Amino acid sequence: MTSGLTGLTASAIRERVARRDVSAEEVVRAHLERIATVEPAVDAFLALAAERALERARRLDRDLAGGAAAPALAGVPIAVKDILHVSGLATTCGSRILAGYHPAFEATVVTRLEAAGAIVLGKANMDEFAMGSSTEHSAFKATRNPWDRERVPGGSSGGSAAAVAARMVPLALGTDTGGSIRQPAALCGVCGLKPTWGRASRYGIVAFASSLDQVGPLARSVLDLAIASSVLCGHDPADATSSSRPVPDFASLLSRGASGLRLGVPRRFIAYGVETETLARFDEALGALQAAGASVVDVELKHLPHAIAAYYLVATAEASSNLARFDGVRYGARAEAAPDLRRLYGETRDLGFGAEVKRRILLGTFALSSGYYDAYYLRAQKVRTLIRRDFEQAFESCDAIATPTTPAPAFGFGEKTEDPLQMYLADIFTVPANLAGLPGLSLPCGLASGLPVGLQLVGRPFEEETLLRLGAGFQLATAHHELAPRL
Amino acid sequence: MPRIGEDTVDSVARLARLSLSPGERTRFARELEAIVAWADSLQALDTAGVPPLRLETGDDGLRDDTAHAGLGREQAMGPAPDHAEGLFRVPRILP
Repeated sequence: MTSGLTGLTASAIRERVARRDVSAEEVVRAHLERIATVEPAVDAFLALAAERALERARRLDRDLAGGAAAPALAGVPIAVKDILHVSGLATTCGSRILAGYHPAFEATVVTRLEAAGAIVLGKANMDEFAMGSSTEHSAFKATRNPWDRERVPGGSSGGSAAAVAARMVPLALGTDTGGSIRQPAALCGVCGLKPTWGRASRYGIVAFASSLDQVGPLARSVLDLAIASSVLCGHDPADATSSSRPVPDFASLLSRGASGLRLGVPRRFIAYGVETETLARFDEALGALQAAGASVVDVELKHLPHAIAAYYLVATAEASSNLARFDGVRYGARAEAAPDLRRLYGETRDLGFGAEVKRRILLGTFALSSGYYDAYYLRAQKVRTLIRRDFEQAFESCDAIATPTTPAPAFGFGEKTEDPLQMYLADIFTVPANLAGLPGLSLPCGLASGLPVGLQLVGRPFEEETLLRLGAGFQLATAHHELAPRL
Repeated sequence: MPRIGEDTVDSVARLARLSLSPGERTRFARELEAIVAWADSLQALDTAGVPPLRLETGDDGLRDDTAHAGLGREQAMGPAPDHAEGLFRVPRILP
């Protein structure tokens, strides 16, 4: 009865649960069994919540048996990146400094997904405080890429992407500050959407860089991203930066497909060191989108080569401020032996934070410090305006901008950890959307030497539906999203 | 371009309330110098008259002026490593 359930997409599971062909409990059990089988090889989860999940599944089954209508994600098992608070579960954010921390509140997006019938199976691994592109900066363990276990899954939402790719869940939540949904989605061969900044509530999500952070879904089809996005987007009174613009029923708009949409391709920017096979998959994807009715034009985004520098100044500055709250007084771990308050702060933070977090706090504090603020932080914020204007100009002649999601497929463990700059450059194609506050979608577009390659589409603010329509048209014409790693 | 030596790392670490080991000071000085040198490419851009970015969500960010219950004190203090009588407890501050 349960065999084959773990191969289904979220929407297919919801249909079966709604028809009562299968119970939510059976769906949850099948996925927990799958996790028991493949998790030792992948290490996607920091914690599982089997009892909590089964209890909620049984409650949903009782409601459905009593005649309740099946909600949009009825019985869909999900993984939640461990940066989001889930009631009853610890949040570590991949850091030792939050050891033993049980939040007193829940992320609004988690509450919304669970109200729509989704069932949390566990907390997914991540780079500490979402700072990294490989999940190697997790304080607890490295997650392995299900396509090649000697390689990274990407990051920082690496656990979420690996869990979806390995069929442990059909849907996961990630967060994206500089590419942390799209880059691991690309490296693990799944789909990921970073909505527009302000589209979804950030309440209950540990803050990294508040003017860049956004939460979004990872899944194995564009339809699943569309359904999940309609649930999780929208205004939240608890987050004053969440927009009250109406959220469309994205799934109902997908049938319009790619027809008539114009894709802008910044050829000169893409020439920036994209590996040959990745470029070949990208060009094939453009061909498939054209066959599906989209047109392609050249666009110029001349300030994008400066995006990574601007990003690392702004992101680290905001992180140095946001992470000041981890002081050994209010949450998590504390260096017990410190004799005075100053040393309590210093020693707690020295013991609790890993090297990458310290490096970024130092860089961000430097960029904000007296004498350097104008030259670094303020200038980087002005460069964001230049980048945003580049996009606005490009969107006069196109509806979305297409690039590879990453310059190359998944890299090996340890390849970039010794040189932070090399790690940062892995985000070259994803950071511009965060800097400009735009929505971005990554879709699987084939394999290069057996490893997944991602196609990225970036759209106008609050026009997620354009990206999802293009994605749906692409997935109707191709089968890349159905490829599964052998585990 | 500013040189980032161990002195700079020390003063920035003090501001950031980070106690670093001698090995970390050396390593971070070297790494930050490389990162800042590379970020200096921004200095070549003409940003005269360009305002810093302000992202718009279409809202004014204001809500109705009505009171809502927040977290209770006990709930809010629950995750603290040490608290007593409704207060956070820390090592002695005054001499």
